Amino acid sequence: MTLLVTVFAAIISSVVWYKNAPRDEMKVGTLALIYWGASLMWTVDAIFEYAELKEEYFSPAAADMLNDFFLGLTVVALGLIIWLVTLLIKDPKGVVKKALLSKKS
Amino acid sequence: MACFIVPAMEAIVTTIATKIVKTREASTEISSSDAKAKVSENVKGHFSRKLSWLNKMLWGGSALLALEHVWHGEVVPWYPFLTAASDPESKAEMLHEMSTVGVTMAVLVTVTWIAMVVASSIIEKRADKIQPSETVKNEN
Repeated sequence: MTLLVTVFAAIISSVVWYKNAPRDEMKVGTLALIYWGASLMWTVDAIFEYAELKEEYFSPAAADMLNDFFLGLTVVALGLIIWLVTLLIKDPKGVVKKALLSKKS
Repeated sequence: MACFIVPAMEAIVTTIATKIVKTREASTEISSSDAKAKVSENVKGHFSRKLSWLNKMLWGGSALLALEHVWHGEVVPWYPFLTAASDPESKAEMLHEMSTVGVTMAVLVTVTWIAMVVASSIIEKRADKIQPSETVKNEN
């Protein structure tokens, strides 16, 4: 479930990046790469888990699924936080700098 | 257990490599006086930019996986930080997981990045071939 949620986040962010490309003022490309990196890593995790559990892997308990779904949402939120912090630090549009300078003057 | 540590360690290495490559590219740009080479370099894009794709995938993936480990109680904010490191049996299991799952994770991300670099190089080469002919057309 966590893998699925992250893959959907990666696809959505990639579509948004592609829609605005080659312009990437909002650094959506970074967000997409973060989610793809996590998706690839969880894919490996899923393969190893499948090798261990076989068919059982596809029929998880409802409580486990709900827990994994919450984890997936939390992971997406953390990805967004990392992206937002990166965006504000790099400040490609110069908005933060402008706001700080206007307050000073 | 601690599989995210392997890609995180790779991320440290690639981040340092990116810094070195970036510095070299900057010094080459200053010394290069050949305008044609500069144009070609701009079209092809810097290798450090491509390395940053790998950094983002590795750092981002490791950070999100670290959260999963905190969620499952495998990473704790006190020493020795990894619950599996507290007893020798769990430690051996953790090291086994790092050498199998962790290494496979790092390899898969790196292979995906190599595929991305190869694909972008092919696109850049095609663009390079198209550009001179377009220039001739424009001149006529």
